Amino acid sequence: MTTKLFGEPVQRREDARLVTGQGRYLDDLGPGALAAAFVRSPHAHARIRDIDVSAALDVEGLVAVYTWEDLPGALAEPLPLLIPHPALTHGRTAYPLAKDIVRHVGEPVVMVVAEDRYLAEDACALIEVEYEFLKPVVGVEEAAQGVHLVHEDVPGNVGAHMVQEVPSRDGRSAAEAIDAAPHLLEFRLDIERSACMPLEGKGVYARWDADDGSLRVYSSTQTSTSVRMAVAAKLGLPLPKVEVIAPDVGGGFGVKIVHPWPEEILVPWAARTLGREVKWTEDRREHFVSSAHERAQVQHVRVGFDDDGRVLGLDVTILHDHGAYTPYGIIVPIITSTQLLGPYKIGAYRVEFSSIYTNTVQVTPYRGAGRPQAVFCMERTLDRVAAYLGKDRTEVRAANFIRPDEFPYDQGLIFQDGRPLIYDSGNYPESLRMLKELIGWDSFPDMKARAAAEGRRIGIGVGCYVEGTGVGPYEGGHVQITSDGRVHVSTGLTSQGQGHETVFAQIAATELGVPIERVSVVTGDTRRFGYAVGTFASRAAVMSGNAIALACRKVREKALRIAADALEADPRDLEITDGIVHVAGTPSASIPLATVAVLSNPLRYAFDEEAKRATQFSGAASMDRPPVDEGEEPGLEGRDYYSPIRSTFASGMHAAIVETDPETAEIRILRYAVVHDCGKLINPMIVEGQIHGGVAQGVGGALYEKMVYDEHGQLLNASFMDFLMPYATEVPRIETAHLETPSPLNPLGIKGAGEAGVIPVSAVIASAVEDAEGITVDRMPISPSDLHTLRLRLAQ
Amino acid sequence: MKPPPFEYHAPVSVDEALAALAETGTHGKVLAGGQSLIPLLNMRLAAPSHLVDINRVGELDTIAAGPDGVRVGALARHAAVERSAEAAAALPLLRQALALVAHPVIRNRGTVVGSLVHADPSAEMPAVLALLGGSVRLARLGGEREVAAADFFTGPMESAAEPGELAVSAFFPAPPPRSGTAFHEVARRHGDYAVAGMAALVTLDEDLRIAAARVACVSVGPGPVVIDLSDACGRRPAASVAWDAVAAAVRDRIDPEGDIHATAVYRRHLTGVLAVRALKEAAGNAGTEAAHE
Repeated sequence: MTTKLFGEPVQRREDARLVTGQGRYLDDLGPGALAAAFVRSPHAHARIRDIDVSAALDVEGLVAVYTWEDLPGALAEPLPLLIPHPALTHGRTAYPLAKDIVRHVGEPVVMVVAEDRYLAEDACALIEVEYEFLKPVVGVEEAAQGVHLVHEDVPGNVGAHMVQEVPSRDGRSAAEAIDAAPHLLEFRLDIERSACMPLEGKGVYARWDADDGSLRVYSSTQTSTSVRMAVAAKLGLPLPKVEVIAPDVGGGFGVKIVHPWPEEILVPWAARTLGREVKWTEDRREHFVSSAHERAQVQHVRVGFDDDGRVLGLDVTILHDHGAYTPYGIIVPIITSTQLLGPYKIGAYRVEFSSIYTNTVQVTPYRGAGRPQAVFCMERTLDRVAAYLGKDRTEVRAANFIRPDEFPYDQGLIFQDGRPLIYDSGNYPESLRMLKELIGWDSFPDMKARAAAEGRRIGIGVGCYVEGTGVGPYEGGHVQITSDGRVHVSTGLTSQGQGHETVFAQIAATELGVPIERVSVVTGDTRRFGYAVGTFASRAAVMSGNAIALACRKVREKALRIAADALEADPRDLEITDGIVHVAGTPSASIPLATVAVLSNPLRYAFDEEAKRATQFSGAASMDRPPVDEGEEPGLEGRDYYSPIRSTFASGMHAAIVETDPETAEIRILRYAVVHDCGKLINPMIVEGQIHGGVAQGVGGALYEKMVYDEHGQLLNASFMDFLMPYATEVPRIETAHLETPSPLNPLGIKGAGEAGVIPVSAVIASAVEDAEGITVDRMPISPSDLHTLRLRLAQ
Repeated sequence: MKPPPFEYHAPVSVDEALAALAETGTHGKVLAGGQSLIPLLNMRLAAPSHLVDINRVGELDTIAAGPDGVRVGALARHAAVERSAEAAAALPLLRQALALVAHPVIRNRGTVVGSLVHADPSAEMPAVLALLGGSVRLARLGGEREVAAADFFTGPMESAAEPGELAVSAFFPAPPPRSGTAFHEVARRHGDYAVAGMAALVTLDEDLRIAAARVACVSVGPGPVVIDLSDACGRRPAASVAWDAVAAAVRDRIDPEGDIHATAVYRRHLTGVLAVRALKEAAGNAGTEAAHE
């Protein structure tokens, strides 16, 4: 068994458990717990006149009914605004249960607790809420006119307004650069709403220990440490008396980084109030109308460029629909604004966004988090520039690339972490060269001509992106080697199926020189690691991966020190292989790590044969030093943290060949190619899996997914029958190639990979459909019906 | 997503089932494959106070194929009918259509007769029954009646089955000699309900000219829309039919609605395209049939 596992396609260690039904998801826990269910607003905008619960009181098995008026102290206050920002002048968040006004269909109004979920829902059906209708505000452009308001005290429905501007090197503003440019284009783009839609919805299960005064909460969350702080604060409990655990989580994709969800504090509160275990498992309809959506933006673009297609000036104005509330601040439009620049150096850039309230489900990050919109904007722009100039689309991109010798490259903007947008490394020309080779870009015109001769329409498209990954502030890792030779790794951030049990074990096994079978990994359990931020922004591998590597290095150093004493050798001459410390070149002079662990903890009491070696009469200890030296600690363990100066920037380029049916307007993806650069690969198989999943979600955004709200603010397709996520049959085979430009910012040289796959897909498919059809695609997703409409328009 | 309370009946014979349905009347609902009813219950869009589960009524699990057609019992699953070599030999259209009904796991559970009674205008099997001029046998305590397809589908999600009645079987008649069939549809995703779909039946004369042509359209009306296109095909061999005129004739005869997946204009266009594709394939299959004679 080799111990050099970093970079190897190690099989995911969690899969045997997860695919054989041995996973422990939220609803697998607490089978005897009381069930919570919620009465949710059926109206998009209304004032609550009266809540009559009397009929529900007759339901046998009903335990409790709560409205806002029942909530004590901090629970009765609005939920936290998680990420404040100076530009978010009118941030608003919901109450855990609606107070006076509901602002979207699905907002929780009444909480019911009963012996089981059936009875809880029976009781919900009997509760009558009297509403006074208010005018619903639907559609970002209508909302921006400010005729009707979502929040009475937010004029114009504008939650935030922000402008960032970078002048050209010769000091011109974007407006000046555009006006002075040889060519000018101006157009509008639309992107629809979609949502994360994890297979497992949200869920919370809470146990109160009255004797101990302590609370244990299980939540299907992307951040257990932060949920813990929120629960302690909202319930007025001392932090050490609250434990939060993320069990197996069936996908997150962003929606579960938002916290605390109303249910996440109401369920623990009810458990404490009732002295009973309480659980709430979100159902799919609740997830559609009560969690979060993303993507929807309207963008207005002005671009000035020269004869080579170099962008001299770019001005983008964005209307961002953030729904009824802003618990996650304005991270999404900030990311759109900054990541729009992609791998390009733009002469002068101005971006302005208005983040607008509407009476719809709130908008918070969904895998990609504003980048699919950004890339759609930039790549559509470059395709139009190429079409205008009659140039190959890849040539126009190459003309604008940042060159490999220009890193670190400062884009002059402030990124989502509040730090400068400085790209650390990359090789965009090489990436494009690899992509063109992989998809056969240069031979495509022949292929297209052959298809046309058969009466078939095919088109090719391309899209490039840069993704800031691994945002701070920090993550930590703890590594302990026990006297049985096992290695226990823990980190505070959570897992939603990414493969952390595998990649973190690979890192630990490689750093410590132990077989991976001896390494176990725990994530998202505040009992094991209390300090963490969470799993989002393609950050887990970069943040926790490096923290674990650093913690391992501490442990390794200590192990070598102790082993050197035992072997009477110089620590610098020691190596660890297969869990055994030995003198380099002299394999017989060795000591297992298990024994080193025993020796690391001076004992008075022997608990087994091996432990006798560490007891006080064993003769192992030096009489000249105390058993635990100054500056030392007992045990073979280490803890360390990784906190980067700023984000590290991954990149990639995708290309697709699509076929459109000349009669039915069906759109089929014939080939899909990805060149991906996330720095050094820890596990290429897992990176490819992340890309595949991302591309699948991207195909959803490009061809299928939209949230259809009517003028009353009713979501018309709040089920998997009408909200169309691609099946396996709709996802093409994905061809990948990896480029590795290491990050100079972290010890492992890695960059994030979690979101990458989804980011450019809408842009790529739009580009390819446009190429096949000779029409202009300016909104996504595009359905066969939409394509038919565009054809009719072109024919007119 | 939990059903409201209901009383559960589990008869083991048709007589017991009919007795339970007679007793519960308008409050009773038949549970067969449950592929539509269970989601409706879970979303509390349906709240029958009695469910009569016929899954233990073995005598309804039948597929009887003969020269005049195929009779399918109320408990025959889509998958069983799809896999039945006898049914496919007697009536290839059954297998052609069933392959497009949702996904294998749904076909393993859902029943053909259940799909007919559910009467979704986007479903394939009502179109098949309507195209072939089949019928549904409805039994009640003390009697039964055979209802022709033309009378059975009374509106979107509405059939002629009345409270107290159990659809015990459906009969799909075999078309005349020298006939061929085809089923074409466009769905947003593989296995979804069709945006538009088309069952086609073509019968050739002895000179291999199209003697009769008929289609049943899916998703463009309150139920399956059957259109006779014999005249439009003009008693010609398939190769010399004016197909654009046939498509136009189909588009003239339907009145589709727009929804979140497709505009009415697109549905009308698509239905014409699919009619031609299905008729051409059906004519080809009829030619193959004729060659075997």
